[in-house]
Amino acid sequence: MAISRKAKDSVIRIAFLVTALSSIVALGLIMLYLFLEGVPLFEHVSVSDFLFGHLWYPTSDPPDFGIFPLIVASVAVTLVSSAMAIPLGVMTAIYLAEIAGPKTRGFFKPVVELLAALPSVVIGFFGMVVVAPFLQEALDLATGLNLFNASLMLAFMSVPTICSVSEDAIYSVPAELKEASLALGATHWETIARVILPASLSGISTAIILGMSRAIGETMVVLMVAGGAAMIPNSLFSPVRPMPSSIAAEMAEAPFRGDHYYALFAIGIVLFLFTLLFNIIADHISEKHKQVGAATL
Amino acid sequence: MTTIPVSASKSARNTTQKVMWSLFGASSIINLTALLIICSFVLINGLPAISWTFLTEAPRDSMTAGGIWPCILGTIILSLGTMVVSFPLGVASAIYLNEYATPGKVVRIIRLGISNLAGVPSVVFGLFGLAFFVTFFGMGVSILAGILTLGILVLPVIIGTAEEALKSVPQTYREASLGLGATKWQTIRLVVLPAAMPGMLTGAILGLSRAAGETAAIMFTASVFFTPYLPASVFDSVMALPYHVYVLATAGTEIEKTRPLQYGTSLVLIVLVLGMNLVAILLRARLQKRR
Repeated sequence: MAISRKAKDSVIRIAFLVTALSSIVALGLIMLYLFLEGVPLFEHVSVSDFLFGHLWYPTSDPPDFGIFPLIVASVAVTLVSSAMAIPLGVMTAIYLAEIAGPKTRGFFKPVVELLAALPSVVIGFFGMVVVAPFLQEALDLATGLNLFNASLMLAFMSVPTICSVSEDAIYSVPAELKEASLALGATHWETIARVILPASLSGISTAIILGMSRAIGETMVVLMVAGGAAMIPNSLFSPVRPMPSSIAAEMAEAPFRGDHYYALFAIGIVLFLFTLLFNIIADHISEKHKQVGAATL
Repeated sequence: MTTIPVSASKSARNTTQKVMWSLFGASSIINLTALLIICSFVLINGLPAISWTFLTEAPRDSMTAGGIWPCILGTIILSLGTMVVSFPLGVASAIYLNEYATPGKVVRIIRLGISNLAGVPSVVFGLFGLAFFVTFFGMGVSILAGILTLGILVLPVIIGTAEEALKSVPQTYREASLGLGATKWQTIRLVVLPAAMPGMLTGAILGLSRAAGETAAIMFTASVFFTPYLPASVFDSVMALPYHVYVLATAGTEIEKTRPLQYGTSLVLIVLVLGMNLVAILLRARLQKRR
């Protein structure tokens, strides 16, 4: 009896292990199928022409499959949105973790969570209908659908990520560090700037990278708001076509298993590798600088 | 790091602190303002479009009039179906990670997989669903392909919240059960899971709302521009709220004319998604209070 109970338990244990592996299996399958459907493009187009070609005319004859302007656009919207989202996200995190009382905190935390929950299509719609005409009018632009508008909308999508991960990092700084600093006569702000922030820097870096990863992969906002011109932007207000928006906009019209179809999957590979890189860096930082009590500082 | 002159007078240092405090407070208020502006914009413009017929009828006249019932139904089916796929998988993964696994290489790799899965862009999920479920398994653009794709997409959310819930079950519960002679599985099934269930439900609601608001992952796998029929089986394609907003706002021939429909659809979507999130937040707050 005792043995069968034991046997049953180890079978169950293995069943759970197999289920837990499903995430890895899914990730592996995603990679496999991106490559299966993307790599055939490179029978006709060289990898360097694909990555560094300046012309993206997938439907003309002969077609051009250069995604350099798309990569530049993705990097540009990510950087500009980060420039807005990082200060906003980190400062909000400091406010929530260090300054706000329990009541204010209880109010603002759900606000940040709800901001994270807003469907991206609604944010894109808002950017199209409200922000674009406003920018066009106020700055006398040819179009309000541009790099700046997309970055602004993306910023509000990455703030919640940056904020919640940074807040956790700030929160987990050991209390004795803070108390020691205060006991030496530092003000609360001096303690934050010179003790708490340095101690939580690795967590905040992780937060920033995750926020950027969110911004580079976000689709609906750039599809609706970035303007869609596959050109290297020459100003903050140029219309651009980041990688996700090309995939989403063109898949419906790309002939099944034609070069255009393969090219869109190949863009998917590039996008996937970008976010994979971001996530591995983030994981590496948080793993390497794991804070295990005050003594490790 | 800039050095703060320690010789500065106490009052100057306090002023610096006050200035910084108001900056930090202001940034929180900017977030609040952004949320309020977007919500009130959708609410004010969308409310006039909402009527009983808008919620219960199908689109008419090439989608320039009529209602959005097929989209509401489609979104409900897709998000509930997603949970059917994702909830058991996610909870079981969390049980393994929190109850069975001992720290080591396997756990480390599984966790790396989960965090990377969480970082995969939704449009890439869409591509994968198209290549794997729609094409390779021959499911076509269908509810089934959509819920399987979305199921993988929300898996990290479910695992994260389920683990959180398992962690909050006091260790003494487990020890008491094991001490009475129960096996590990009996302990998990009869003691740990019931105690963790409310927390896991919070995660399920968050997963539902994530699936309901997702567009890019379903645009190649489950949802279509327009279909005159309500779905009869899981192999039919559906209309969905987020995709409908996108289609009306960008691809229609009469974008200006359908503005009221766009606002109305956005409002229904936002109420659905934020409503579920609020329920989850309130549920969690009650759970924390009870502890």
